[in-house]
Amino acid sequence: MNTVFKRTPVLKDCPTHYCPGCGHGIAHRLLAEVLDELDIQDRTIGIAPVGCAVLAYNYLDVDMVEVAHGRAPAVATGMKRTNPDKVIFSYQGDGDLAAIGTAEIIHAAHRAERITVIFINNAVFGMTGGQMAPTTMLGQVTATTQQGRNPSNGQGYPLQVSEILALLPGTVYVERCALNGVPGIRRTKAAMKHAFQLQLDDAPGLSLVEVLSPCPTYWRMSPAKAMKWIDEQMSQVFPIARLKG
Amino acid sequence: MCGNEALAEAAIVAGCDAYFGYPITPQNEITAYMSERMPQEGRVFVQSESELAAINMVFGAAATGKRAMTSSSSPGISLMQEGISYLAGAELPAVVVNVMRGGPGLGNIAPSQADYFQATRGGGHGDYRTIVLGPSSVQEMADCMPLAFDLADQYRMTVMVLADGILGQMMEPVVLDPKPRRELPPKPWALTGMKDRPQNIVRSLYLADGALEELNSRLMAKYQQIQDNEVLCEEYRVEDAEIVVVAYGIAARIARAAVDQARDEGICAGMIRPITLWPFPFEQIGAAAETFRMFLTVEMSCGQMVEDVKLAVAGKCPVLLHGRPGGGVPTIDEVLDKIRQLTIRAGAA
Repeated sequence: MNTVFKRTPVLKDCPTHYCPGCGHGIAHRLLAEVLDELDIQDRTIGIAPVGCAVLAYNYLDVDMVEVAHGRAPAVATGMKRTNPDKVIFSYQGDGDLAAIGTAEIIHAAHRAERITVIFINNAVFGMTGGQMAPTTMLGQVTATTQQGRNPSNGQGYPLQVSEILALLPGTVYVERCALNGVPGIRRTKAAMKHAFQLQLDDAPGLSLVEVLSPCPTYWRMSPAKAMKWIDEQMSQVFPIARLKG
Repeated sequence: MCGNEALAEAAIVAGCDAYFGYPITPQNEITAYMSERMPQEGRVFVQSESELAAINMVFGAAATGKRAMTSSSSPGISLMQEGISYLAGAELPAVVVNVMRGGPGLGNIAPSQADYFQATRGGGHGDYRTIVLGPSSVQEMADCMPLAFDLADQYRMTVMVLADGILGQMMEPVVLDPKPRRELPPKPWALTGMKDRPQNIVRSLYLADGALEELNSRLMAKYQQIQDNEVLCEEYRVEDAEIVVVAYGIAARIARAAVDQARDEGICAGMIRPITLWPFPFEQIGAAAETFRMFLTVEMSCGQMVEDVKLAVAGKCPVLLHGRPGGGVPTIDEVLDKIRQLTIRAGAA
């Protein structure tokens, strides 16, 4: 009998704390596969954010650190500059990267830090109970936009961080993907692998993969419908595209 | 050399692998010096986008086992408090230099000692301590750096050097002679990639019932060990003293001259100078309170260290304060005058 699918070694054999239908599980799996395929488990250091993925080190079997909210790109800078031979990545949500950590990601990119950033965009603060994120869609109901996000109520517009980062000379690669079905998942994995390969090749700057990722719990819909919502709604505002490199 | 440059060069001699900083007066000489010298030594210098970023860069480098430091001045140190709390929770070694200026708010750029509370009580959240060193000369600015890095590595915690604008700017001759090193523990916890060993995790999140309390207890045991073993203070002309001045940093330089002049006038004055502000020399001052008659605390604030002096004296004799806040610097004459007044009071008592 042929084995056609098995756990990849970097992914630990343990139960998950993520909600049913959450995209983090898929993203973790893809990341683990990429680290295994590039054979860099023994030289990789990962940075977990504050948010749902704070416990990423429970699932990813690489050296990892957990840092203050939004500060991962600064921590990554300290690590990479002192350890240029190591592979450094941060795994950050949209609250972490696009709200409280905006300065750190912009400036790590602007300094052309040779790090890889996995940016999980699920349009909401998950860990704290589904509040509005900078990436929340117009009209989207959250714990802090109960009438739906409305810019005329001072709630602003969805923030397209990847487009901003792609403009900076310090980024070598920026791509937005989505975990909405097999083609999207395959594309996300290819993008992650490319981003890490660039760091291994010592490409002169930051590589970032934004991943549109379902949060059925706080989108208040079934996992299947959440996948569709990425397709029909979210990717209209956050287009799936290779933005740079 | 000016104090800031002496401190910077001493950090390099002490084996600092990485410096991260953001410009702020009156410590800019450190950042500028490091930007030149660290690359010459093949080490890391990064000018960060903020003090928040600088302390987190220190966090990152420290997590991989490197010797890392940052420097700033009062408003910038306030911004770093988040990072210092995380360093405490994650038990990472780090050296933070605060060349204090006047506050609160943007304050001014004049020398001050008004961050004593913040440094010794911890300005960040949670139950933690930082070791605080208070140099009093340009030579001590240099001498405290190898000690700071060693203490940080030995106890896996932040060591803060609490200097001020005068010490940073003034120039004195310096001998850079790294003190004999302590025997330091290895760093098996460092994130180096999991070659030939299981995964390392550096964290400060402890969600399981009782887990954080256990960490807190372990930290407190470590802090007790530091209080028992690492107190440093200088006693100056205290043998037969009736009036003891307590001062640290640049204020102690001024107080020392005032004590000398008082002695010339026949007043039995002396000085106790805390070198470690945390752990504070409670025992030494407490013991002195058994025999001396009066304490005078001299500091460049509205009175912060004086609270620790009172705790140490525990009501055994009067503790008075001569404080100059807002960038004011006490003169030798001012301090001498206070000593004279106290002599009269002590005589009348």
